[in-house]
Amino acid sequence: MTDVSDRELVATDLATPSSEHRARRRAAVAFVRGAALLPVLVVLVIIGALVSPHFFTTSNLTGVGQQISALGVVVVGESLIIMIGGMDLSLESTYGLAPMVAAWLILPKVDFGLGTDFSPAIGILALLAVGALVGLINGLAIVKVRLNGFIFTLAMTIILAGIQSGIVSGQTLFNLPSGFAYLGTAYVGGVPVSLLVTAAIFIIVGLFLRYHRVGRSIYAVGGNREAARAAGIRVDRIRIGVYVAGGVLAAIGGLMEAGRVSAVTGQQGYGEGIIFNVFAAAVIGGVSLKGGRGGMLGAACGVVLLGLVQNILDLGSVNSYWIEAIDGSVILLALLMARGIGGEVTAE
Amino acid sequence: MNVQVQSAVEAIGVSKRFGSTQALRDVDLALQPGRCLGLVGRNGAGKSTLVSILSGLLAPDSGEVRFDGSPAPALADIGAWRSRISTVFQRSTVVPDLTVAENIFLARQPRRHGLIDWRAMRTDARGVLREWDFDVDPNEQCSTLTVEQRQIVEIASALARGTRTLLLDEPTAALERDGVRRLFERVRALVAGGVAVLYISHHLEEVFEICQDVAVLRDGELVLTAPTVKLNNDQLVTAMVGNVASPTVAKRGNAARYASARAASADERLVVENVVASSARGSLAGASLVVRAGERVGLTGLLGAGVATLGRVIAGTHSYQSGRILLDGKPLRPGHPDSALAAGIGYIPEDRWAEGFVGVLPIFENMTMSIAPRLAGKLGILSPRRRALAATPLADQLSLVSSGLGQPVDELSGGNQQKVTVARALASRPKLIVAITPTRGVDVASKELLLEALIEVTRSTGASLLLASDEFDDLEICDRVVVLVRGQVFAEFSDPPYDSEQLIAATEGLIPAGSTER
Repeated sequence: MTDVSDRELVATDLATPSSEHRARRRAAVAFVRGAALLPVLVVLVIIGALVSPHFFTTSNLTGVGQQISALGVVVVGESLIIMIGGMDLSLESTYGLAPMVAAWLILPKVDFGLGTDFSPAIGILALLAVGALVGLINGLAIVKVRLNGFIFTLAMTIILAGIQSGIVSGQTLFNLPSGFAYLGTAYVGGVPVSLLVTAAIFIIVGLFLRYHRVGRSIYAVGGNREAARAAGIRVDRIRIGVYVAGGVLAAIGGLMEAGRVSAVTGQQGYGEGIIFNVFAAAVIGGVSLKGGRGGMLGAACGVVLLGLVQNILDLGSVNSYWIEAIDGSVILLALLMARGIGGEVTAE
Repeated sequence: MNVQVQSAVEAIGVSKRFGSTQALRDVDLALQPGRCLGLVGRNGAGKSTLVSILSGLLAPDSGEVRFDGSPAPALADIGAWRSRISTVFQRSTVVPDLTVAENIFLARQPRRHGLIDWRAMRTDARGVLREWDFDVDPNEQCSTLTVEQRQIVEIASALARGTRTLLLDEPTAALERDGVRRLFERVRALVAGGVAVLYISHHLEEVFEICQDVAVLRDGELVLTAPTVKLNNDQLVTAMVGNVASPTVAKRGNAARYASARAASADERLVVENVVASSARGSLAGASLVVRAGERVGLTGLLGAGVATLGRVIAGTHSYQSGRILLDGKPLRPGHPDSALAAGIGYIPEDRWAEGFVGVLPIFENMTMSIAPRLAGKLGILSPRRRALAATPLADQLSLVSSGLGQPVDELSGGNQQKVTVARALASRPKLIVAITPTRGVDVASKELLLEALIEVTRSTGASLLLASDEFDDLEICDRVVVLVRGQVFAEFSDPPYDSEQLIAATEGLIPAGSTER
């Protein structure tokens, strides 16, 4: 959909009358692909209302909002990385490690902290720094050293998860200061702050992709790296930059999650295996694994869809031993449907 | 056409429509055993669609394909189609990691007790290669073969299947001159052996050389089918382009002479000194060259002589080990296309699919990709409208055919894709244009148009042009032609029109009369 408005604009501004309807149709098709999931979301909301009277309560919906916020921020990061034709499995570990390091630097020794007792503000800076550093390492290894992205980030995933439990000897960190937990716990006017922040991130990144020259370069690099290079785009810089952005966004997602559950566990991220959901949301939302295609509207729809499915399964009192099998099947079904609506673009 | 001879393949009243485009309209075409039929037409005339229908990759909307007078097999039965007709595409389709014999018998290896009979496979492959006098070792791995040898493997694979109808799609596009000569010998031998050949090419002289008949497609219609001996070059071009007059070579020769008089005293714009660069496709071993302001310099040589490599090194898409490259006296960073662009170099790459455009993005965005930083406002914000406005004059100048500048470049025909690539190079208002084989795979009329555009830009903006090409038509627009042999400048010609025999002799490393020997 990022291209949609461009195409529409050109169609109305420049196309000859004879070709205008063709350009319009193309724009319409592209928009349908971007928003392909909206009817599915409507159906899910109806199903949710039928399954449980509790579905349409404020507490349930804000809960869903909080849950998908953390995931959503990571999906933004992964979508950017997929769009440049890359992949980063280690985002799920950054999502756990970054808040763990930050909490470890903040908390006193009795709470299994390092004992440096830093203020929450410094803790959050440290969290962002961890995300940026992991992204930088991934970017340099993949872009400069030319290691395979799948294998390298797979190794990083495990290494980072090991550090996450290693620095606190497997303990869970509670008693997070309120400043640190604010993003994941606070409400403004009845709406979770995390949901507002995530929505803002989606909108800002979406506009950035559409109207900023670096955003357009991301599509160019993902669509054809060598052509982008020959057109004077600094491809290496953009690719590394996107890995860094991905790491930072994963760290922010981790901060939201830590605040929401008021703790940082050794399980957060890698232990929960969130990376499958991250990829699923992006791909269901129309971000092509080949790179160069996709946008934030689709990715956001993908995130909401996963959140609704999870919530309906919880409310529907499905046997908890079967939840994962059903969850996975629903995601697979969503992928197939997205492919049907979006053509070859979506689920390849 | 002889009525008694049964056609090997026949298209009868074939039509095909894609959306609002009528790709083929009621086309009748027949291939006879032992004859070579040339198929020519501009980009977008329907050649590829016809090839796809004849080779069973596409179903016609109406009409039918017949083999030896009987209806074609079902579209799903690819094996049956392949035993009747095979296409050798422009780009190689052999599997590089397998041997020649494995490629020849791909997916239909001889078997014994259900297992692959390697010995029989090698023997059979050798038999086919020997029967047609093809000089390739069946045990060699295909990744080590030359482009020409891979093409031989594809032809042998078709013949081994019993196919006696071959479609050759631009088979000379990637071959050097000797390779073309040997290919022609091979095609003649195939035709003499009773094979029916459909030869698709933009090079009309090739068609005249090896085809007995020629068919011309224009806008999806077959406008002419005739024996080549009854036609001349002009008649064929007229059939291809309709009534559009094409600019003459003589006019361009004059233009070039005018420019060369002006450029002789101009400043040195590009200086290449002793550049050494290694490349699998032709290394440079100390190449030196000067291009003056406003001058058009041609660069030619055999495949592997380093012609394209020198172009890439100057444009920054290939790095070099030693030597210097200066633009207006300032050194360029090796291997950095972005700094070459910033310094004022516009680049038209050799392989447009690999480097020329981003297929999923719209035309206007590709055309302005090289000037995106310049078009961007505060904080790097870039309005699509400004890009579209910047692209419009370029699209007009190059007569780009599209359904609007928002159309993805993937959907354009080859010639129009090349126009997008050229526009991208011109958009930055370069001081020097580095063009590598800019007219390859482009039809006659578009080729004239692209060359005219390059002349026009150099004349009106004072830009210099370095044009690497092995097509003499391209070189004709240049004030000078520099010949590379084994990565070094070997000879230089000035004052077009050039004598093609002398140029050929120079590319072969023979010292010709009339050139300035280095």
